[in-house]
This record gives sequence, C-alpha cells and structure tokens, in this order.
Amino acid sequence: MNTSLSWIKAYVPELDVDAQEYMDAMTLSGSKVEGYEKLDADLEKIIIGQITKIEKHPDADKLVVCQVDIGAGEDVQIVTGAPNVKEGQKVPVVLDGGRVAGGHDGKKTPGGIKIKKGKLRGVVSNGMMCSIEELGSNRDMYPEAPEEGIYIFGEDAAVGESAIQALGLDDVVFEYEITSNRVDCFGVLGIAREAAATFGKEFKPPVVAETGNSENANDFIKVTVEDTELCPRYCARVVKNIQIAPSPEWMQRRLAAQGIRPINNIVDITNYVMEEYGQPMHAYDLDTIAGREIIVRRAAKDEKFVTLDGQERTMDDSVLMICDGEKAVGIAGIMGGENSMITDNVTTMLFEAACFDGTNIRLSSKKIGLRTDASSKFEKGLDPNNAIDAINRACQLIEELGAGEVVGGVADVYGKRREGRKILFDPEKINRLLGTQIGKEEMLGYFQKIDLGYDAGTGEVLVPSWRQDLECLADLAEEVARFYGYDNIPTTLPTGEATTGKLSFKLRVEEVARNVAEYCGFSQGMSYSFESPKVFDKLLLPKDSGLRKTVVISNPLGEDFSIMRTIPLNGMLTSLSTNYNRRNKNVRLYELGNIYLPKQVPVTELPEERMQFTLGMYGEGDFYTMKGVVEEFFEKAGLSGKETYDPESGKPFLHPGRQANIIYDGKTVGYLGELHPQVADNYSIKGRAYVAVIDMPEIVALADFGRKYEGIAKFPAVSRDISMVMKKSILVGEVEKIFDAKGGQYLESYELFDIYEGAQIKAGYKSVAYSLTFRAKDKTLEEADYAPAMEKILKALEELGIELRK
Amino acid sequence: MKEKLEQIKAEAVRQIQNSDGLAKLNDVRVAFLGKKGELTAVLKGMKEVLPEERPMVGQLVNETRESIEKLIEETKSKLEAAERDIRLKQEVIDVTLPAKKNRVGHRHPNTIALEEVERIFVGMGYEVVEGPEVEYDYYNFEALNIPANHPAKDEQDTFYINDKILLRTQTSPVQVREMEKGKLPIRMIAPGRVFRSDEVDATHSPSFHQVEGLVVDRHITFADLKGTLAEFAKQLFGENTRVKFRPHHFPFTEPSAEVDVTCFKCGGKGCRFCKGSGWIEILGCGMVHPRVLKMSGIDPEEYSGFAFGMGLERIALLKYEIDDMRLLYENDDRFLKQF
Repeated sequence: MNTSLSWIKAYVPELDVDAQEYMDAMTLSGSKVEGYEKLDADLEKIIIGQITKIEKHPDADKLVVCQVDIGAGEDVQIVTGAPNVKEGQKVPVVLDGGRVAGGHDGKKTPGGIKIKKGKLRGVVSNGMMCSIEELGSNRDMYPEAPEEGIYIFGEDAAVGESAIQALGLDDVVFEYEITSNRVDCFGVLGIAREAAATFGKEFKPPVVAETGNSENANDFIKVTVEDTELCPRYCARVVKNIQIAPSPEWMQRRLAAQGIRPINNIVDITNYVMEEYGQPMHAYDLDTIAGREIIVRRAAKDEKFVTLDGQERTMDDSVLMICDGEKAVGIAGIMGGENSMITDNVTTMLFEAACFDGTNIRLSSKKIGLRTDASSKFEKGLDPNNAIDAINRACQLIEELGAGEVVGGVADVYGKRREGRKILFDPEKINRLLGTQIGKEEMLGYFQKIDLGYDAGTGEVLVPSWRQDLECLADLAEEVARFYGYDNIPTTLPTGEATTGKLSFKLRVEEVARNVAEYCGFSQGMSYSFESPKVFDKLLLPKDSGLRKTVVISNPLGEDFSIMRTIPLNGMLTSLSTNYNRRNKNVRLYELGNIYLPKQVPVTELPEERMQFTLGMYGEGDFYTMKGVVEEFFEKAGLSGKETYDPESGKPFLHPGRQANIIYDGKTVGYLGELHPQVADNYSIKGRAYVAVIDMPEIVALADFGRKYEGIAKFPAVSRDISMVMKKSILVGEVEKIFDAKGGQYLESYELFDIYEGAQIKAGYKSVAYSLTFRAKDKTLEEADYAPAMEKILKALEELGIELRK
Repeated sequence: MKEKLEQIKAEAVRQIQNSDGLAKLNDVRVAFLGKKGELTAVLKGMKEVLPEERPMVGQLVNETRESIEKLIEETKSKLEAAERDIRLKQEVIDVTLPAKKNRVGHRHPNTIALEEVERIFVGMGYEVVEGPEVEYDYYNFEALNIPANHPAKDEQDTFYINDKILLRTQTSPVQVREMEKGKLPIRMIAPGRVFRSDEVDATHSPSFHQVEGLVVDRHITFADLKGTLAEFAKQLFGENTRVKFRPHHFPFTEPSAEVDVTCFKCGGKGCRFCKGSGWIEILGCGMVHPRVLKMSGIDPEEYSGFAFGMGLERIALLKYEIDDMRLLYENDDRFLKQF
C-alpha cells in the first residue's frame, strides 16, 4: 500500500510533518512505513517560464535561442534543441545551479544532474527547459506531456512560480506494510484516519452528498444474488450520457503519485475511489447487459469465460460469477468480462460496488491463476458498509467532473447487515495486561481518535464495522498501547514462582556428541530434511528396502526436495562431495539431524522422528579413526559397558569387507564403515571415505551422566603377554570375547600391542599379541591368583584353533 | 701432623679451584676424600699418633675434611650451573615453527547462535523443549488462532504431507503442546527446524531454524515482555543495545509487536548494514491471545503470557556478517572453519 503525503493531507489538513517524522511516528503507532520517496529529491530551482522570443541559432541548425520570461523582470536566454517550443508557451525552466532528475531518455541519475550556465556553440544559455522525463516522471503519469520535447503547461500556469509545485512533484510517496488484519488501512482514508490519530489532528473525510437525478436505478437494473454467503452485498448505480474525457489535473496527479496511470475520467474515478476507500468497483456498459438484470451465482463446473484482458479462463463451481440475463459478464471480485467492458463509445454505464467473501475470492483467484488489484483487496474481507459509501462517492465525482448524468437511487442487495461489535470496556484489566497505569479517560480518548464509540450506560466500546479486527479486550489493549506508545510502557521482568532453566536430557546428550565430534576434528554441517527419491538408487539400496517408504511432500519445491529423508547419509555425502570438488583436503564433518520414519504409507499420523548423529570424512584417517570417535562418544555419554562390532551389517552403500553394526547391550545402535567405491563414485568422491551413523534415541536411553569414584589401585599389577598365530578369518573381537569371558575377577584390562601378517607368518594367518593386566584391589597378586584364569584363556584360545607362541 | 694437614688442604683447594669440569672435580674428591685418598691415609696413620693427641688430631682431620667437602660442593654447584647454562644455550628452538595441533572441529554458526540464545534464557529460568518437525495442521495453525482458509496460512507457504499433516512453518506449535501439558507456570524456549516453500537464494531457504519463547503465569504483562527481550538483546548484542517495539499483527498474540535492536555495527547512527535506519529487526512477539490460551486449556481470566519467536539464521547472519544464507547449508570446510 502506498499513499502520497498530499493525499493524506487532503483529509488531515492540519498535518504538518516532514517525511521522516511521518514515517517514524506512523510506524510506532502501528502503520508500518517501509520507506518513502521524495518526488522532488533531485529537483531544484525549477520554475515556470514563458517563451517570449525564439530565434535561430547562428551556428547550429537544430538549436534555437529562446528568451524566457521567468517573472524576474528580465528575460533569460536559453538555448534548446527541443523540437516543440513555440513563442508564448509556458514551460518548466531549470535555472543556473539547479538540478534535474535525469535525462530526457527517462534514465534517472542518482543525486540528479546539476545544470550550469554555459555556451552552446558559442551562444550563452542560462539554464534548461525540461521534458517530463528530465523531471523524473513519464508520459504514463503525465499523459498530456508531448511525446518528445519540453513539457508545456496550460495557459493558466503562473510565470515565476515553482514548476515542481505546479506538477505536483513537491510530494512524498510512502510505502506501507499493512498487516492483514487492518483491512481498513488498504485505503487512503483509513491511513489518513490513523495519521490524524497519531499526530492528534482532526480527520476530515470527504463529505458525500446525495447524488442522482429523479430517475431510479432500480428501473434500469434488477439485481439478484443467489449466493448471499459469497456475496453479502451488491450495490449498483447507473450513469447515463457518459462524457469520456481526461480527468482533472488534481486527480491525475494523485493517481500518478500512487503509481496509477491516468486514463480517462471514468476509469480514473473508479481507481481514485478504490484507492481512497479501499473498495474496488467495476463499470459495465449497461447496453451489453442482457435483460437488464444482474445475477450473482456460482460458475458451472468448467465454465469458460473471456476476461477483459482477452484471455479465456476456466472456472469451477466454487467461483462466483456476475451474470446478466443470458451470460456471465464478470468473475466476481477478480476481473470483468470482455463482453461487457466499457469502451469509448459507452453511453450508459452500470457501476458495481460489491462485497464478496474474502476467502472465496482468494481461493478462486488461486484456482483461476489470476490475481488483480481488485482481488487482492477483496480477499482481505471488505466491510459491506463501505461499498455503499464508495459507490456514492464515485457518483459524486462523476457529477462534479461532469462525466455523466447519475441516475438516482441504488439497486442494493444487502443480506444480513454487518453491525459493529460491542466490547465490554475494562480499563483495569487492560492495565493489568500491559503492566501500565493508564487512566480510563485517557484510554477513551485514544478510542475516540480512531472513531471507536463508548456507551457509558453499558460500559461498552462500540467498534465500527470497518474494524473487524477488534474482537476482544486484548484487541482494545493493543489500541491503547499503540497510542499510549509501546515506548512508554515500562520494562519489568516477570515475577512469580521461580523456575529452573535447563536443557532436556536428550539435548545434553546431543551436546556431548557435538563436543566429542569437534574434539576429534569434525566440523558441524547442516543439510536439508527433504531430498530426492533418487538418493536411494545413489546409495544402492534395493528396491524393496524399507527405507524407501517415506513421508512424501504433496507440494514440494521440486522432485529433489520431495521426500523426507529416512537415512541421513545423502546430506553428509553431498557435503563431502562439495568439499571434495572444491579441493578441500582432509575434510571431517558431522551432522545432528532427524530422519522421518512413516508409521504407515500413505501417512495418516505423525512419522517417527529419530535424531541421527552422522559422521563423515575423507583424507587422513581410516576405519579405526572413525571407530575411535564412536567409542569416545560412548564413553563421554556414560555408556560404561563395552560396544561390539558385527561385520554382518549388510549395508549396500558400504564396502562389503569394511563395515560393521555397532552393538551395545545387545542392541544395534548404529553402523560405520568405508564408503562403497560405487557410492563414492556416485557422489564424485575419489579415494576412500568413511561414515558412521549413530541412532541417538538408543544412546539417549543408555546415556548416564552419573559418575562414581572408584579408588585408584594401590596394589601392583601383574602383566602377562599372549602371542598368537591364527587364521585371518578369526576376528580379534572373538579373542577379546574370550578374555572377557575367562579373565576372572582379577583381569583389569587387555591391550593389543602387535598385529602382523606377511613374511614369517604362513599364508592366510596373522600374528596377534596382547598384553593382559591383572590386579586385585585388596592385595598384591601371587601367581596362584591369576594362573587359573590364564590357563582358561589359553585353553579357550586353543579350542578356537589359535596357535600360541611361547 | 698439623702442617701436613695444612699442606693437604692447600693442595686440595688448589686442585679444586683448578677443576674445569664435574669429572675433574670428582677426581679431586676421590684423590683426597676417597677410600684411598690422602686424607683417609692420614686417618689410617692415626695409630702412630700419641693417644693423648689423637682427639685433637682427629678433630683437625675432620675439620680439614669438612672444609674440603664444602668447597667441593660449592664448586660442584657452580660447575653444574655453568654446564646447564651451556646446555640451555644449545637447546634454543625456533618458536615460530608451525604448531602441532589436534585439529579441533568447528561448530555450525547456527548452533553457536542458538547456544548463546539458550544460555541467556536458561539463565533466566527457561526450559529448552522440542516438538515434532512434521506436525499436525491443528498445532501449526488452528490452535494458534489461524483457522482453515485464514490468509496467514497462504502467507506462510506451507509444505503439506496431506490435509492434516504438514512440515511445521514455525516453532509456535511447541507452545501449544507445552501449554496442553497443563503444567504451570511455563517458561520455555523451543528451538528447531521449520520449513516454508521458498526457493533457495541468498536470503531464503526452504528449511531454516527458529527459536520460540513462551511464558505463562499469573500477572504476566506486556511490560514483562519488554523487559525480558530488552535484557535478552543486551546479553546477545552488547550492554549498550537498545530495543524498539513496533506494533504488529500475529494471529496468536494480542497485543503484538516487532522488535528492532540498535544496529550493532554503527550503534544506531545509521550505516549501510542497517540501511541507514540505525535499527535492525530481530524478532516478533506479543501477549498470548486469550483464544490460544483457552484452546490449550488455560483460563485466560486467571493466566496471561507472552510469546516471542526469532529466526536463528537471521541472528547468525547478522552476528557473523554472513552475506549469503546458502553458505549455511553447503557445509564447505573453509566456511565452517571460521566459527
């Protein structure tokens, strides 16, 4: 929404503020001004001059030398190349030292162009005569300006006066961000009312007098509304003997400042009143209306209709149509039809100001794919009481401008009247909500400024029908607050029962994951929750994989963002790939993000969201580096037991010989491995890459931040080494299982200190050496204490087919 | 005897003083004090001394021994110090050679910003809670006073799964879920991922993060909201930060406001960063709409509350002067390493 300052001042005559003051104060009272444009920001020293004499330039065929009366007693000499100057014409003249906004090609120069006196081919020129483009505007806004050359004023222009003022360029245009609840502020009058209240000045809306001849519109047209839900009100008036002509200058200027192109008196009046009242109107050529009747009904399914822009459009049965006795003549609230539009030959016109259901207009406009100025106003839900005011205002302007003969009376179909609301006034409660001590009278004063009434008898605030947004006391509190000033409300902190600030346990475990990952050199990435269904193929997942059952977005941004991820790897691998292709070395990333597992397909209830801790890396480090990060995390999360690794993890996207499920307490809590070379290739990563995925809900269930101190061992430990030769197929994990099972009460720890295969070891075998540490808490161990355990261990190892080296 | 001892002592002192290293000094020690040393030899010759003179001679020998020992110790300390000095001089390293780092990873700027926000509110007694990202339409809209066909639903460009289920467009549904639990008073913040169907560009992303705040208790006022957010802004952006509350409209709060803070680049004077206004918009807030309280089972006659919501990316972009939102989701190592 835009308004010019001059138009606001037309209704708030005492308003005397500069643009910045206006912007600041209006924003603080709730009508947010996004910015403003001073139309004359780059115009300086431009006055109306009259050409008294034109002579040929002695040295240039295309130039002429003009003497211009600028009301200063003595004429100034100006050389021009403009083709359209004639003696006696009044023109805008920029004098020496002044500025214009741009060139005559319409290109604006930031800061304007400075004009200095000088010589043109040897002849002194003391300034410049200006085209409308040089003044920063264009022929769309000033249709009377010549196609090429200097702007020519009318005869009544006063020589020596400001040309900027005469052209209405001494104005400021404000751009507002009006919130959807303030439907009334989508018209200049609504904003003027706010401005008057904000600055404490009187609001003077136009006085609309009764219009029309002694005939009655109801004798010209019969209106039937079939669907009063979708059309609460339909007002129609008739204008005869239309005289199409340009609208007066003041109206053109106001429209131009709003960015609306003046066309002719009828179109301009319609646009003017739409801006002024926020009420769109439509004009039909009454002679095209069959049966002299208007029927407002829903469209038939797939009904075709040609709108006035010549496009054929297809309706469905929820779209409301304006029809005559035979056919549709307009899409209600969106656009009129080609078949009934007014042309320059119109003689009798039907004027429509209606009120349509906002939601229906919004949905219809979406369905048809046509959003217009009118529909964007209607979809906000207009006040039906405003429609009659607007149409009467338009008819008044038609009379004032002599654009036609207005027929008396209105064909008005108004179902259930919309009345203003009444809200019980409770100043005490308003103060309690705001934390203020504003007096009752002061509050009522604020209400009065914005035309809210008060019934002292019932204690009710009377809300006019245009303020549909005011429904309850909290709404009134906001009205009080914004005129009292949000700035003036005190600042306090909540009192009352103390509460403990904390993170949930889940968030604390996630914090540990972040810390461990970062200590281990992994940086945090974030990727989208939605991705393409193609990722399953990229990850080599079989067609029947359960992970392919996804939560599907019905209106995605595109196929690439159409399913909610069920596996977190695509985001990670895409990020690694980005880094790889940008030649970043040794990249380590982690992400904490949800996967979304549908409980059923198609989805009928919320999916299960599971937080995944995903790690990925390439460059330095290997499988065991990744495994180390996993175990560091488990340790810091307080998983005091021992995790095991099952190589039978069956992940198609991982190297078949370098992958494992991570098992804790009998449960699979994640997996890790080297990326399958095919998958690496699919993501354009060359060389080896490693990933780990940890299912956080499992870890959160197992995590424990409680710690208990165990005494530091006082008695010496005994260390025994075991050196073994075994088949390569035997996992050291199985050896460790034996240590765990047979180690007895004194086995404190064991550590792998050598693993070797190659020369000196027979083919298919490996040599493995462990150091076992035994210790008792309460005594120094003697051989007899740990020998039985050692024996059991060795025996079990031999049973596995492991050869012991002495 | 006495003269002999004097001689030995004099000789010892000379040799000690002439020792130019610890090894030499040790040789001297052995030569005089060792088992076969000269002084030991004197002691061994005691039997030739008259019995009545023995105590006197013994004392003399001991005195000589002590003074030699003392001198040796002193000299030893000096020599050790000298040798250490030499070693230290030889051990000079080039301290400008590269450090050996345990390359610690970096936290995402969103997370850093979130942790700052969390720290501030946890300090004020707020609990950090979460809610589902795939949400029911009811919680995302209806329970927040945005009924079916409300234009605000269009404004938010929602991704739908079906009629009833969507990707939440805001973290506000967590408010409702928290209020429905019926445990009062409430002081919570709810950070999380939200989704809107905006095409990716420098200032838009279809997936971003918000932090929601909610306080519900008896006697909560708009003044409390102002005070809380003013305190928050000071802690987040610096002690001199001022806040400006502008009236605004949100369906689930009344009165509502948008909050600007003084530009932390220019301090409010106006610069390119704040587009000359001196202010930067950071969040939306308001008093919880009585209808929202009622729908969540809280009596608006007895309780009131305030709520606020801010975009985490916006805070991160502003704080770290990141000029393109896409950087936050590319995960380029060279970007992440800067935080």
